[in-house]
Amino acid sequence: MFTEELLNQSSSLRKKWEDEVKKITSKRADQKSEWTTVSDLPIRRLYGPEDIKDMDFEKDISYPGQYPYLRGNQATGYRGKYWTFRMFAGMGSAAVTNERWHYLLNTGQTGLSTAFDFPTLMGYDTDSPKAKGECGKCGVAIDTIDDFQTLIKGIPLDKITTSMTINPPATAIWAMYLASAEIQGIPLSKLGGTIQNDMLKEFIAQKTLMCPPEASVKLISDTVEFGTRHVPNWNTISISGYHIREAGATAVQELAFTLRDGMEYVEDTIRRKGLHVDEFAPRLSFFFNSHVDFFEEIAKMRAARRIWAKAMRERYNSQDPRSWWMRFHTQTAGCSLTAQQPYNNVVRTALQALAAVLGGTQSLHTNSLDEVLCLPSDHAVQIALRTQQIIADETGVANTLDPLAGSYFVEALTNEMEEKAWEYIHKIDEMGGMVKAIENGFPQLEISDAAYKFQKQIDAKEKIMIGVNKYVTDEVVEIPLIEIDDSIETQQIARLHEVKRKRDNRFVAECLKNLAQACKKGENVMPFCIETVKAYGTMQEICDVYREVYGEYRDPGIY
Amino acid sequence: MSDRKIRILIAKPGLDGHDRGAKVLARCFRDAGFEVIYTGCHQTPEQVASAAIQEDVDVVGLSCLSGAHMYLYPQVVKLLKEQGADDITVIGGGIIPDKDLQPLYDAGLKALFTPGATLESLVDWINENIHPRT
Repeated sequence: MFTEELLNQSSSLRKKWEDEVKKITSKRADQKSEWTTVSDLPIRRLYGPEDIKDMDFEKDISYPGQYPYLRGNQATGYRGKYWTFRMFAGMGSAAVTNERWHYLLNTGQTGLSTAFDFPTLMGYDTDSPKAKGECGKCGVAIDTIDDFQTLIKGIPLDKITTSMTINPPATAIWAMYLASAEIQGIPLSKLGGTIQNDMLKEFIAQKTLMCPPEASVKLISDTVEFGTRHVPNWNTISISGYHIREAGATAVQELAFTLRDGMEYVEDTIRRKGLHVDEFAPRLSFFFNSHVDFFEEIAKMRAARRIWAKAMRERYNSQDPRSWWMRFHTQTAGCSLTAQQPYNNVVRTALQALAAVLGGTQSLHTNSLDEVLCLPSDHAVQIALRTQQIIADETGVANTLDPLAGSYFVEALTNEMEEKAWEYIHKIDEMGGMVKAIENGFPQLEISDAAYKFQKQIDAKEKIMIGVNKYVTDEVVEIPLIEIDDSIETQQIARLHEVKRKRDNRFVAECLKNLAQACKKGENVMPFCIETVKAYGTMQEICDVYREVYGEYRDPGIY
Repeated sequence: MSDRKIRILIAKPGLDGHDRGAKVLARCFRDAGFEVIYTGCHQTPEQVASAAIQEDVDVVGLSCLSGAHMYLYPQVVKLLKEQGADDITVIGGGIIPDKDLQPLYDAGLKALFTPGATLESLVDWINENIHPRT
């Protein structure tokens, strides 16, 4: 990176600086002896040319739109297009959520993102005994395509991309989306959007569970194959670190486990479906957390792009640059928000959003100040969305691409994140891959360790959360909270029963039988799912077929 | 006095998968010298009550962050009572709005821990309020 002459010069100037530091600290010690990131990564007092001298400009840094894509996938960056303002939203019934979606679009949002309630996320209908008390509480309740059509009413599916956070029942929800588009007369080739559809991180962290890992990965490969052949602009998996981080992982763990999950899906799809990597890899997308430690997050996102590009080219011999691009959505860190002094959350979210933008995200959700307590109110969600818009249009950070490149610190930290991530990735390789590692409880325990350590550090005030363990006040701040009324559940059950009463039950049973047959024979389930939802088969009816054929997975409760 | 250790069941009733808090607590209680049973996510209230009885625990700690605590927590208390196990103390934690606290205490929850509660404060509460049954 640097000439011998510059390094010599730097070395002698550095010596002078070090002497000065010694002189000062001998009189007045630093505020604390160790300075670390929120993930406990030690940070040096200063970084200089010597910290990045081994980097190769072409191989390691290069330019945006060029391998290894450290500086961004697109040559034009945010000048061509800002990241998508995509707020995660879903509450109560489909009609209420549809109203929120229109409100967000009218407020300048540029993409949709769906939060489902827990019964939907777990593949249960609202009338299931297991669903009692949960309907609409932390997302929208969807039982049948009838609800789904209410959800997307007035949304032009060929113009707006929709992301759906759905995992075990991803095939069923995606089928509802595809069938609804068909009913609206929009060809599948025109549809763009994302299903999260990432089960590995469910076993690791988020815990919406249904079938065992092997069967779960099989269902995912079905969607990848179906998307590749019929819905070419759809992101079939959103390989997610967000939930891994929320569960307590460090930044390095988030980076490593997420990318290793991605590699597992690539390997599985090649093996199971016989597809060439470049047929499907361009539609794999990613999803990261943006936590409180500003530079650590930026370094993490930059490192993620470089690791993925290298892995795709070197591990999987991919030839198509579109497969090398790591495209990702980001959400600010829910776990960093505090119930105490909740207005401080606006500031936290703004800083985290700024980090995500400086890290080069393609899409962003900014948390609302009240999200630590309940689903966000209209007012709170508007401030959160405006935060993104202020970053885009006022701060000037989008003027130039990857503005932090070349910073001794940022490049050194990016290298360190990458190095430490590869150590984890190789360790998981040695275990036989991520499914095996999960079966051994490896990532789960690593995260539990980190979460427990962090909580102890908070209690000991070694890590600080303002309003929680520093600058604590007794003041009670009243903020208006949204409440999901229990009558939503009764109404939803009534709607479900009405749909069931009107449909052709014999035909639904036949569709479900065909779906079960496809599962048993190892065929792609997607066409059968689409047929079933069109006949008003319910979410749970489809998922019960999976549970019956593949077996049910129970959380082993590793801690 | 018996030297039997305090036995705690940490349980996550309902469909919520946010288990960070439950798992941190399970470790913390284990390190504090209690015997801890953690049954994982997605337990029905019936499963929680029956595990509490079978494992002969002194305390059940419930964690739910999906907003369904108003149904699930009282349901566990009720089921324990129905099975003659109302000597088992039930406590809970999570994102519980202030207005829900009193109704939950009225339903028989003995303590509720909301955001900001330290690990130490939980261990202290257990040590002060729970005496292992002989």
